Amino acid sequence: MISAKGICKSFGDRKVLSGIDLDIGEGKIFGLLGPSGAGKTTLIKLITGQLGFDSGKIEVFGKDVSDLTGTDKKQIGIMMDDHGVYDRLSCADNLKIFADIYGVPHKKIGEALSKVGLGDSAKKPAMKLSKGMMARLRLARVLMVSPKLLFLDEPTSGLDPMTMKYIHKLIVDQKNNGCTVFLTTHNMEEATALCDEVALLNEGKIVERGAPDQICRRYNHQKTIRLHLKSGEDIEISHSSDSARDLEKLMEQGQIETIHSSEPTLETVFIELTGRRFDSDEEARYA
Amino acid sequence: MRNAAIVFKKQLKDTLKNKTVLIQFLMFPAMTLIMENCINVPDMPELFFTKLFAVMYMGMAPLTSVASIISEEKEKNTLRVLMMANVKPREYLIGVGLYVWVLCMAGAGVMATGIPQDHIPFFLTVMAIGFTVSIVMGACIGVFSPNQMVATSLFMPVMMVFSFAPMLALFNDKIEKVAGVFYTQQLRILLNQMTFDGITAKTVTVLAVNAALALVLFFAAFRKKGLE
Repeated sequence: MISAKGICKSFGDRKVLSGIDLDIGEGKIFGLLGPSGAGKTTLIKLITGQLGFDSGKIEVFGKDVSDLTGTDKKQIGIMMDDHGVYDRLSCADNLKIFADIYGVPHKKIGEALSKVGLGDSAKKPAMKLSKGMMARLRLARVLMVSPKLLFLDEPTSGLDPMTMKYIHKLIVDQKNNGCTVFLTTHNMEEATALCDEVALLNEGKIVERGAPDQICRRYNHQKTIRLHLKSGEDIEISHSSDSARDLEKLMEQGQIETIHSSEPTLETVFIELTGRRFDSDEEARYA
Repeated sequence: MRNAAIVFKKQLKDTLKNKTVLIQFLMFPAMTLIMENCINVPDMPELFFTKLFAVMYMGMAPLTSVASIISEEKEKNTLRVLMMANVKPREYLIGVGLYVWVLCMAGAGVMATGIPQDHIPFFLTVMAIGFTVSIVMGACIGVFSPNQMVATSLFMPVMMVFSFAPMLALFNDKIEKVAGVFYTQQLRILLNQMTFDGITAKTVTVLAVNAALALVLFFAAFRKKGLE
Protein backbone atom coordinates (compact mmCIF):
# COMPACT_ATOMS: atom_id res chain seq x y z
CA MET A 1 0.00 0.00 0.00
CA ILE A 2 2.83 2.39 0.92
CA SER A 3 6.44 1.94 -0.01
CA ALA A 4 9.23 4.42 0.66
CA LYS A 5 12.91 4.01 -0.14
CA GLY A 6 15.74 6.24 1.04
CA ILE A 7 13.60 9.32 1.74
CA CYS A 8 15.55 12.41 2.72
CA LYS A 9 14.10 15.82 3.50
CA SER A 10 15.75 19.00 4.71
CA PHE A 11 14.38 22.42 5.58
CA GLY A 12 17.26 24.76 4.80
CA ASP A 13 20.31 23.38 6.58
CA ARG A 14 18.26 21.27 8.96
CA LYS A 15 17.96 17.63 7.95
CA VAL A 16 14.51 16.47 9.07
CA LEU A 17 14.37 12.98 7.57
CA SER A 18 17.27 10.83 6.53
CA GLY A 19 17.16 7.54 4.61
CA ILE A 20 13.63 6.52 5.55
CA ASP A 21 12.50 3.11 4.24
CA LEU A 22 8.93 1.91 4.72
CA ASP A 23 6.86 -0.95 3.43
CA ILE A 24 3.30 -0.98 4.73
CA GLY A 25 0.95 -3.76 3.70
CA GLU A 26 -2.76 -3.50 3.00
CA GLY A 27 -5.20 -3.69 5.91
CA LYS A 28 -2.55 -3.09 8.57
CA ILE A 29 -2.25 -0.46 11.28
CA PHE A 30 1.23 1.00 11.08
CA GLY A 31 2.46 3.19 13.90
CA LEU A 32 5.19 5.76 13.56
CA LEU A 33 6.45 6.54 17.03
CA GLY A 34 8.78 9.22 18.14
CA PRO A 35 9.07 12.33 20.27
CA SER A 36 7.76 15.69 19.10
CA GLY A 37 9.97 17.08 16.37
CA ALA A 38 11.21 13.65 15.25
CA GLY A 39 9.77 14.18 11.75
CA LYS A 40 6.51 12.19 11.98
CA THR A 41 4.21 14.85 10.55
CA THR A 42 6.74 15.73 7.86
CA LEU A 43 6.80 12.09 6.76
CA ILE A 44 2.99 12.05 6.46
CA LYS A 45 3.15 15.22 4.38
CA LEU A 46 5.71 13.62 2.07
CA ILE A 47 3.71 10.42 1.66
CA THR A 48 0.50 12.33 0.95
CA GLY A 49 2.21 14.60 -1.54
CA GLN A 50 1.75 17.79 0.51
CA LEU A 51 5.50 18.33 0.54
CA GLY A 52 8.24 17.47 -1.89
CA PHE A 53 11.28 15.47 -0.78
CA ASP A 54 14.98 15.86 -1.59
CA SER A 55 15.77 12.29 -2.58
CA GLY A 56 14.30 8.79 -2.54
CA LYS A 57 11.12 7.27 -3.87
CA ILE A 58 7.61 7.03 -2.43
CA GLU A 59 4.87 4.83 -3.86
CA VAL A 60 1.26 4.82 -2.72
CA PHE A 61 -1.26 2.37 -4.23
CA GLY A 62 1.68 1.13 -6.36
CA LYS A 63 2.10 4.55 -8.01
CA ASP A 64 4.74 7.21 -7.60
CA VAL A 65 3.30 9.75 -5.16
CA SER A 66 3.65 12.53 -7.75
CA ASP A 67 1.49 10.49 -10.18
CA LEU A 68 -1.48 10.12 -7.85
CA THR A 69 -4.66 11.23 -9.59
CA GLY A 70 -7.62 13.05 -8.06
CA THR A 71 -9.43 9.70 -7.82
CA ASP A 72 -6.47 8.16 -5.96
CA LYS A 73 -6.34 11.09 -3.55
CA LYS A 74 -10.04 10.69 -2.82
CA GLN A 75 -9.25 7.24 -1.42
CA ILE A 76 -6.90 8.75 1.13
CA GLY A 77 -8.23 10.16 4.39
CA ILE A 78 -5.98 12.48 6.36
CA MET A 79 -6.66 13.66 9.88
CA MET A 80 -3.96 16.00 11.11
CA ASP A 81 -3.92 17.50 14.57
CA ASP A 82 -3.98 21.05 13.23
CA HIS A 83 -6.66 20.56 10.60
CA GLY A 84 -9.52 22.89 11.30
CA VAL A 85 -13.24 22.71 10.89
CA TYR A 86 -15.66 25.46 9.90
CA ASP A 87 -16.46 26.87 13.35
CA ARG A 88 -19.67 28.67 12.47
CA LEU A 89 -21.18 25.79 10.52
CA SER A 90 -22.94 22.87 12.15
CA CYS A 91 -21.34 19.42 12.35
CA ALA A 92 -23.63 18.19 9.58
CA ASP A 93 -22.83 21.19 7.35
CA ASN A 94 -19.12 20.66 7.91
CA LEU A 95 -19.43 17.10 6.62
CA LYS A 96 -21.80 18.13 3.82
CA ILE A 97 -19.07 20.23 2.19
CA PHE A 98 -16.78 17.21 1.98
CA ALA A 99 -19.60 14.83 1.06
CA ASP A 100 -20.24 17.07 -1.96
CA ILE A 101 -16.54 17.26 -2.86
CA TYR A 102 -16.07 13.48 -2.60
CA GLY A 103 -19.45 12.69 -4.17
CA VAL A 104 -20.62 10.87 -1.04
CA PRO A 105 -24.43 10.50 -0.62
CA HIS A 106 -25.78 12.83 2.07
CA LYS A 107 -27.29 9.94 4.04
CA LYS A 108 -23.73 8.99 4.98
CA ILE A 109 -23.33 12.25 6.91
CA GLY A 110 -25.70 11.11 9.64
CA GLU A 111 -24.12 7.66 9.64
CA ALA A 112 -20.61 9.11 10.04
CA LEU A 113 -21.71 11.40 12.87
CA SER A 114 -23.47 8.55 14.66
CA LYS A 115 -20.41 6.36 14.21
CA VAL A 116 -18.27 8.86 16.14
CA GLY A 117 -20.98 9.52 18.72
CA LEU A 118 -22.00 12.93 17.43
CA GLY A 119 -25.41 11.90 16.10
CA ASP A 120 -27.19 14.18 18.58
CA SER A 121 -24.91 17.12 17.82
CA ALA A 122 -25.50 17.20 14.05
CA LYS A 123 -27.02 20.68 14.18
CA LYS A 124 -24.64 22.05 16.80
CA PRO A 125 -22.17 24.69 15.51
CA ALA A 126 -18.63 23.27 15.53
CA MET A 127 -17.43 26.17 17.71
CA LYS A 128 -19.59 24.84 20.56
CA LEU A 129 -17.97 21.39 20.58
CA SER A 130 -15.49 20.27 23.23
CA LYS A 131 -11.95 19.33 22.21
CA GLY A 132 -12.80 15.63 22.22
CA MET A 133 -15.96 16.18 20.16
CA MET A 134 -13.98 18.32 17.71
CA ALA A 135 -11.48 15.47 17.27
CA ARG A 136 -14.36 13.09 16.63
CA LEU A 137 -15.85 15.49 14.09
CA ARG A 138 -12.52 15.59 12.25
CA LEU A 139 -12.43 11.81 12.35
CA ALA A 140 -16.02 11.63 11.03
CA ARG A 141 -14.94 13.85 8.15
CA VAL A 142 -12.32 11.33 7.02
CA LEU A 143 -14.31 8.19 7.85
CA MET A 144 -17.35 9.41 5.90
CA VAL A 145 -15.49 8.97 2.62
CA SER A 146 -14.57 5.33 3.47
CA PRO A 147 -10.88 5.76 2.65
CA LYS A 148 -8.66 2.85 1.66
CA LEU A 149 -5.72 4.54 3.31
CA LEU A 150 -6.07 6.57 6.47
CA PHE A 151 -3.43 8.87 7.94
CA LEU A 152 -3.96 9.84 11.56
CA ASP A 153 -1.52 12.32 13.01
CA GLU A 154 -1.62 12.08 16.80
CA PRO A 155 -5.37 11.43 16.76
CA THR A 156 -5.75 11.22 20.52
CA SER A 157 -3.27 13.87 21.60
CA GLY A 158 -4.61 15.78 24.59
CA LEU A 159 -7.89 13.87 24.75
CA ASP A 160 -9.54 12.35 27.81
CA PRO A 161 -9.25 8.56 28.30
CA MET A 162 -12.89 7.91 27.34
CA THR A 163 -12.61 9.74 24.01
CA MET A 164 -9.24 8.11 23.43
CA LYS A 165 -10.74 4.65 23.92
CA TYR A 166 -13.62 5.54 21.60
CA ILE A 167 -11.25 6.68 18.88
CA HIS A 168 -9.15 3.51 19.29
CA LYS A 169 -12.26 1.44 18.67
CA LEU A 170 -13.04 3.41 15.51
CA ILE A 171 -9.50 2.89 14.24
CA VAL A 172 -9.70 -0.86 14.79
CA ASP A 173 -13.10 -0.90 13.04
CA GLN A 174 -11.46 0.76 10.03
CA LYS A 175 -8.77 -1.89 9.95
CA ASN A 176 -11.40 -4.62 10.17
CA ASN A 177 -13.08 -3.06 7.13
CA GLY A 178 -9.85 -3.44 5.14
CA CYS A 179 -8.53 0.09 5.53
CA THR A 180 -4.78 0.60 5.95
CA VAL A 181 -4.03 2.98 8.81
CA PHE A 182 -0.87 5.03 9.17
CA LEU A 183 -0.79 6.37 12.69
CA THR A 184 1.69 8.71 14.33
CA THR A 185 1.81 8.99 18.07
CA HIS A 186 4.12 9.47 20.98
CA ASN A 187 1.82 7.40 23.17
CA MET A 188 3.46 3.97 23.29
CA GLU A 189 0.49 2.35 25.00
CA GLU A 190 -1.68 3.43 22.10
CA ALA A 191 0.83 2.02 19.63
CA THR A 192 1.14 -1.28 21.49
CA ALA A 193 -2.62 -1.67 21.68
CA LEU A 194 -3.42 -0.74 18.08
CA CYS A 195 -0.51 -1.33 15.74
CA ASP A 196 0.45 -4.43 13.78
CA GLU A 197 3.79 -2.87 13.08
CA VAL A 198 5.62 0.15 14.44
CA ALA A 199 8.71 2.12 13.52
CA LEU A 200 10.58 4.18 16.08
CA LEU A 201 11.67 7.49 14.63
CA ASN A 202 14.36 9.60 16.23
CA GLU A 203 15.94 12.73 14.77
CA GLY A 204 14.75 11.84 11.28
CA LYS A 205 15.95 8.23 11.29
CA ILE A 206 14.11 4.98 11.90
CA VAL A 207 16.00 3.34 14.75
CA GLU A 208 13.87 0.20 15.11
CA ARG A 209 10.87 -1.45 13.49
CA GLY A 210 8.66 -4.52 13.79
CA ALA A 211 5.60 -5.79 15.64
CA PRO A 212 5.41 -4.12 19.09
CA ASP A 213 5.65 -7.42 21.04
CA GLN A 214 8.54 -8.62 18.85
CA ILE A 215 10.47 -5.41 19.48
CA CYS A 216 9.86 -5.69 23.20
CA ARG A 217 11.00 -9.33 23.25
CA ARG A 218 14.08 -8.47 21.19
CA TYR A 219 15.23 -6.00 23.85
CA ASN A 220 14.42 -8.20 26.82
CA HIS A 221 18.03 -8.43 28.03
CA GLN A 222 17.27 -8.87 31.70
CA LYS A 223 15.00 -11.90 31.33
CA THR A 224 13.85 -11.70 34.93
CA ILE A 225 10.58 -12.06 36.78
CA ARG A 226 9.58 -9.50 39.39
CA LEU A 227 7.50 -10.65 42.33
CA HIS A 228 5.72 -8.65 44.97
CA LEU A 229 5.08 -10.79 48.01
CA LYS A 230 2.24 -10.53 50.47
CA SER A 231 4.83 -9.64 53.08
CA GLY A 232 5.50 -6.43 51.10
CA GLU A 233 8.88 -7.63 49.89
CA ASP A 234 9.86 -7.22 46.20
CA ILE A 235 12.10 -9.88 44.70
CA GLU A 236 13.51 -10.47 41.24
CA ILE A 237 14.30 -13.94 39.92
CA SER A 238 15.94 -14.98 36.67
CA HIS A 239 14.48 -17.15 33.86
CA SER A 240 16.14 -20.44 34.89
CA SER A 241 15.17 -23.91 36.03
CA ASP A 242 16.37 -23.08 39.55
CA SER A 243 14.10 -20.08 39.68
CA ALA A 244 11.19 -22.20 38.48
CA ARG A 245 11.47 -24.30 41.58
CA ASP A 246 11.61 -21.17 43.81
CA LEU A 247 8.63 -19.73 42.03
CA GLU A 248 6.63 -22.92 42.40
CA LYS A 249 7.43 -23.00 46.11
CA LEU A 250 6.30 -19.39 46.61
CA MET A 251 3.08 -20.08 44.72
CA GLU A 252 2.35 -23.18 46.74
CA GLN A 253 2.84 -21.17 49.93
CA GLY A 254 0.47 -18.51 48.57
CA GLN A 255 3.02 -15.76 49.19
CA ILE A 256 2.81 -14.03 45.83
CA GLU A 257 0.74 -10.83 45.55
CA THR A 258 1.74 -9.82 41.97
CA ILE A 259 4.02 -11.27 39.30
CA HIS A 260 5.52 -9.46 36.31
CA SER A 261 7.94 -10.46 33.59
CA SER A 262 10.67 -7.98 32.67
CA GLU A 263 9.96 -7.38 28.95
CA PRO A 264 10.63 -3.75 28.16
CA THR A 265 7.94 -1.43 26.82
CA LEU A 266 8.33 0.41 23.51
CA GLU A 267 9.30 3.46 25.52
CA THR A 268 12.13 1.70 27.36
CA VAL A 269 13.35 0.28 24.03
CA PHE A 270 13.32 3.80 22.63
CA ILE A 271 15.25 5.11 25.64
CA GLU A 272 17.77 2.29 25.26
CA LEU A 273 18.26 3.11 21.58
CA THR A 274 18.31 6.89 21.73
CA GLY A 275 18.85 7.92 25.33
CA ARG A 276 15.73 10.08 25.26
CA ARG A 277 12.07 9.69 26.19
CA PHE A 278 9.12 9.97 23.76
CA ASP A 279 7.73 12.92 25.66
CA SER A 280 11.07 14.54 26.54
CA ASP A 281 10.48 17.45 24.15
CA GLU A 282 6.98 17.97 25.47
CA GLU A 283 8.30 18.09 29.02
CA ALA A 284 11.04 20.53 28.05
CA ARG A 285 8.47 22.72 26.33
CA TYR A 286 6.23 22.93 29.38
CA ALA A 287 9.02 23.07 31.96
CA MET B 1 -15.96 23.69 -11.62
CA ARG B 2 -18.15 21.53 -9.38
CA ASN B 3 -15.81 22.28 -6.48
CA ALA B 4 -16.07 26.04 -7.13
CA ALA B 5 -19.85 25.71 -6.79
CA ILE B 6 -19.36 23.79 -3.52
CA VAL B 7 -17.09 26.55 -2.18
CA PHE B 8 -19.69 29.13 -3.29
CA LYS B 9 -22.44 27.26 -1.41
CA LYS B 10 -20.26 26.89 1.67
CA GLN B 11 -19.55 30.64 1.73
CA LEU B 12 -23.20 31.46 1.31
CA LYS B 13 -24.09 29.31 4.32
CA ASP B 14 -21.19 30.68 6.35
CA THR B 15 -22.04 34.33 5.61
CA LEU B 16 -25.42 34.06 7.29
CA LYS B 17 -23.55 33.20 10.49
CA ASN B 18 -20.59 35.52 10.00
CA LYS B 19 -21.71 38.97 11.09
CA THR B 20 -18.34 40.61 10.33
CA VAL B 21 -18.53 39.72 6.65
CA LEU B 22 -22.31 40.07 6.42
CA ILE B 23 -22.24 43.65 7.66
CA GLN B 24 -19.83 44.65 4.90
CA PHE B 25 -22.31 43.53 2.26
CA LEU B 26 -25.30 45.18 3.92
CA MET B 27 -23.88 48.41 5.35
CA PHE B 28 -23.54 50.57 2.22
CA PRO B 29 -26.75 49.47 0.46
CA ALA B 30 -28.67 50.09 3.71
CA MET B 31 -26.97 53.46 4.26
CA THR B 32 -27.72 54.47 0.67
CA LEU B 33 -31.42 53.72 1.05
CA ILE B 34 -31.63 55.51 4.38
CA MET B 35 -29.66 58.62 3.35
CA GLU B 36 -31.31 59.01 -0.05
CA ASN B 37 -34.74 58.80 1.52
CA CYS B 38 -34.12 60.80 4.68
CA ILE B 39 -31.77 63.62 3.70
CA ASN B 40 -32.82 66.25 1.25
CA VAL B 41 -30.47 69.28 1.14
CA PRO B 42 -31.20 72.07 -1.38
CA ASP B 43 -28.74 72.14 -4.32
CA MET B 44 -27.41 68.70 -3.43
CA PRO B 45 -26.42 66.84 -6.64
CA GLU B 46 -28.83 64.19 -7.80
CA LEU B 47 -28.20 60.71 -6.33
CA PHE B 48 -25.34 62.15 -4.27
CA PHE B 49 -25.37 59.46 -1.60
CA THR B 50 -25.90 56.63 -4.07
CA LYS B 51 -22.81 57.64 -6.07
CA LEU B 52 -20.73 58.37 -2.97
CA PHE B 53 -21.54 55.11 -1.21
CA ALA B 54 -21.33 53.12 -4.44
CA VAL B 55 -17.65 54.05 -4.80
CA MET B 56 -16.95 53.33 -1.13
CA TYR B 57 -18.80 50.03 -1.44
CA MET B 58 -16.79 48.86 -4.43
CA GLY B 59 -13.49 49.87 -2.81
CA MET B 60 -14.24 48.37 0.57
CA ALA B 61 -16.61 45.37 0.71
CA PRO B 62 -15.10 43.01 -1.90
CA LEU B 63 -11.53 43.78 -0.93
CA THR B 64 -11.96 43.25 2.80
CA SER B 65 -14.28 40.27 2.56
CA VAL B 66 -12.13 38.28 0.09
CA ALA B 67 -8.99 38.97 2.12
CA SER B 68 -10.77 38.04 5.37
CA ILE B 69 -12.24 34.82 4.00
CA ILE B 70 -8.97 33.53 2.52
CA SER B 71 -6.83 34.52 5.50
CA GLU B 72 -9.31 33.00 7.97
CA GLU B 73 -9.25 29.70 6.07
CA LYS B 74 -5.45 29.76 6.12
CA GLU B 75 -5.31 30.58 9.81
CA LYS B 76 -7.73 27.80 10.77
CA ASN B 77 -6.18 25.31 8.36
CA THR B 78 -9.50 24.60 6.68
CA LEU B 79 -8.02 25.67 3.36
CA ARG B 80 -5.40 22.93 3.63
CA VAL B 81 -8.16 20.39 4.22
CA LEU B 82 -9.92 21.58 1.07
CA MET B 83 -6.68 21.35 -0.93
CA MET B 84 -6.10 17.83 0.34
CA ALA B 85 -9.63 16.93 -0.73
CA ASN B 86 -8.36 17.73 -4.20
CA VAL B 87 -10.01 21.15 -4.51
CA LYS B 88 -7.73 23.06 -6.88
CA PRO B 89 -6.57 26.55 -5.86
CA ARG B 90 -8.27 28.06 -8.92
CA GLU B 91 -11.56 26.34 -8.01
CA TYR B 92 -11.37 27.69 -4.48
CA LEU B 93 -10.50 31.23 -5.61
CA ILE B 94 -13.21 31.24 -8.27
CA GLY B 95 -15.75 29.99 -5.70
CA VAL B 96 -14.85 32.68 -3.17
CA GLY B 97 -14.45 35.45 -5.78
CA LEU B 98 -17.74 34.65 -7.48
CA TYR B 99 -19.56 34.48 -4.17
CA VAL B 100 -18.30 37.93 -3.12
CA TRP B 101 -19.03 39.35 -6.57
CA VAL B 102 -22.61 38.02 -6.60
CA LEU B 103 -23.34 39.31 -3.09
CA CYS B 104 -21.85 42.70 -3.90
CA MET B 105 -23.87 42.86 -7.12
CA ALA B 106 -26.99 42.08 -5.11
CA GLY B 107 -26.06 44.99 -2.82
CA ALA B 108 -25.51 47.18 -5.89
CA GLY B 109 -28.94 46.10 -7.11
CA VAL B 110 -30.43 47.40 -3.86
CA MET B 111 -28.51 50.67 -4.24
CA ALA B 112 -29.81 50.99 -7.79
CA THR B 113 -33.44 51.05 -6.67
CA GLY B 114 -33.34 54.85 -6.46
CA ILE B 115 -31.74 55.31 -9.89
CA PRO B 116 -33.82 56.02 -13.04
CA GLN B 117 -34.42 52.73 -14.83
CA ASP B 118 -32.53 53.62 -18.02
CA HIS B 119 -29.36 54.30 -15.96
CA ILE B 120 -29.43 51.03 -14.06
CA PRO B 121 -27.50 48.90 -16.63
CA PHE B 122 -24.75 51.54 -16.70
CA PHE B 123 -24.62 51.75 -12.92
CA LEU B 124 -24.43 47.97 -12.53
CA THR B 125 -21.73 47.67 -15.22
CA VAL B 126 -19.54 50.24 -13.46
CA MET B 127 -20.10 48.50 -10.13
CA ALA B 128 -19.30 45.10 -11.66
CA ILE B 129 -15.96 46.41 -12.96
CA GLY B 130 -15.10 47.98 -9.61
CA PHE B 131 -16.01 44.83 -7.67
CA THR B 132 -13.90 42.67 -9.97
CA VAL B 133 -10.75 44.76 -9.53
CA SER B 134 -11.30 44.95 -5.76
CA ILE B 135 -11.82 41.18 -5.52
CA VAL B 136 -8.46 40.54 -7.22
CA MET B 137 -6.80 43.00 -4.82
CA GLY B 138 -8.47 41.31 -1.84
CA ALA B 139 -7.36 37.88 -3.11
CA CYS B 140 -3.84 39.22 -3.43
CA ILE B 141 -3.84 40.30 0.24
CA GLY B 142 -5.57 37.08 1.37
CA VAL B 143 -3.06 34.87 -0.45
CA PHE B 144 -0.13 36.84 0.93
CA SER B 145 -1.36 36.86 4.55
CA PRO B 146 -0.78 33.84 6.79
CA ASN B 147 -3.59 34.88 9.16
CA GLN B 148 -6.41 37.36 9.68
CA MET B 149 -4.33 39.76 11.75
CA VAL B 150 -1.81 40.26 8.96
CA ALA B 151 -4.62 40.51 6.40
CA THR B 152 -6.36 43.23 8.42
CA SER B 153 -3.19 45.27 8.80
CA LEU B 154 -2.64 45.02 5.05
CA PHE B 155 -6.13 45.62 3.72
CA MET B 156 -6.98 48.51 6.05
CA PRO B 157 -4.65 51.08 4.41
CA VAL B 158 -5.34 49.75 0.90
CA MET B 159 -9.08 49.87 1.45
CA MET B 160 -8.87 53.37 2.98
CA VAL B 161 -6.99 54.67 -0.04
CA PHE B 162 -9.30 53.17 -2.65
CA SER B 163 -12.59 53.87 -0.92
CA PHE B 164 -11.96 57.23 0.73
CA ALA B 165 -9.69 58.96 -1.81
CA PRO B 166 -12.60 59.57 -4.26
CA MET B 167 -14.65 61.13 -1.45
CA LEU B 168 -11.78 63.33 -0.25
CA ALA B 169 -11.15 64.33 -3.88
CA LEU B 170 -14.48 66.16 -3.76
CA PHE B 171 -13.01 68.64 -1.31
CA ASN B 172 -9.37 68.99 -2.35
CA ASP B 173 -7.85 69.53 -5.80
CA LYS B 174 -4.48 68.01 -4.94
CA ILE B 175 -6.10 64.85 -3.63
CA GLU B 176 -8.25 64.78 -6.75
CA LYS B 177 -5.13 64.80 -8.93
CA VAL B 178 -3.51 61.98 -6.97
CA ALA B 179 -6.73 59.99 -6.73
CA GLY B 180 -7.00 60.14 -10.51
CA VAL B 181 -4.65 57.16 -10.77
CA PHE B 182 -7.00 54.94 -8.74
CA TYR B 183 -9.71 52.86 -10.43
CA THR B 184 -12.26 53.90 -7.81
CA GLN B 185 -11.80 57.60 -8.67
CA GLN B 186 -12.20 56.90 -12.40
CA LEU B 187 -15.35 54.90 -11.70
CA ARG B 188 -16.66 57.73 -9.53
CA ILE B 189 -16.15 60.15 -12.43
CA LEU B 190 -18.06 57.73 -14.66
CA LEU B 191 -20.87 57.39 -12.13
CA ASN B 192 -21.16 61.18 -11.96
CA GLN B 193 -21.80 61.26 -15.69
CA MET B 194 -24.09 58.19 -15.67
CA THR B 195 -23.38 57.46 -19.32
CA PHE B 196 -21.01 55.28 -21.33
CA ASP B 197 -20.19 58.41 -23.36
CA GLY B 198 -18.16 59.66 -20.40
CA ILE B 199 -15.52 56.96 -20.94
CA THR B 200 -12.21 58.54 -21.97
CA ALA B 201 -8.81 57.13 -22.91
CA LYS B 202 -7.62 58.07 -19.42
CA THR B 203 -10.46 56.12 -17.80
CA VAL B 204 -9.65 53.00 -19.82
CA THR B 205 -5.91 53.35 -19.22
CA VAL B 206 -6.24 53.81 -15.44
CA LEU B 207 -8.69 50.92 -15.14
CA ALA B 208 -6.48 48.66 -17.27
CA VAL B 209 -3.30 49.56 -15.37
CA ASN B 210 -5.03 49.08 -11.97
CA ALA B 211 -6.47 45.72 -13.04
CA ALA B 212 -3.15 44.59 -14.53
CA LEU B 213 -1.27 45.64 -11.41
CA ALA B 214 -3.73 43.77 -9.20
CA LEU B 215 -3.33 40.65 -11.34
CA VAL B 216 0.48 40.86 -11.36
CA LEU B 217 0.54 41.29 -7.57
CA PHE B 218 -1.92 38.45 -7.17
CA PHE B 219 0.15 36.03 -9.25
CA ALA B 220 3.34 37.13 -7.49
CA ALA B 221 1.72 36.51 -4.08
CA PHE B 222 0.30 33.19 -5.26
CA ARG B 223 3.64 32.08 -6.64
CA LYS B 224 5.40 32.98 -3.44
CA LYS B 225 2.86 31.72 -0.91
CA GLY B 226 0.40 29.49 -2.78
CA LEU B 227 -2.66 28.70 -0.72
CA GLU B 228 -0.73 27.20 2.22
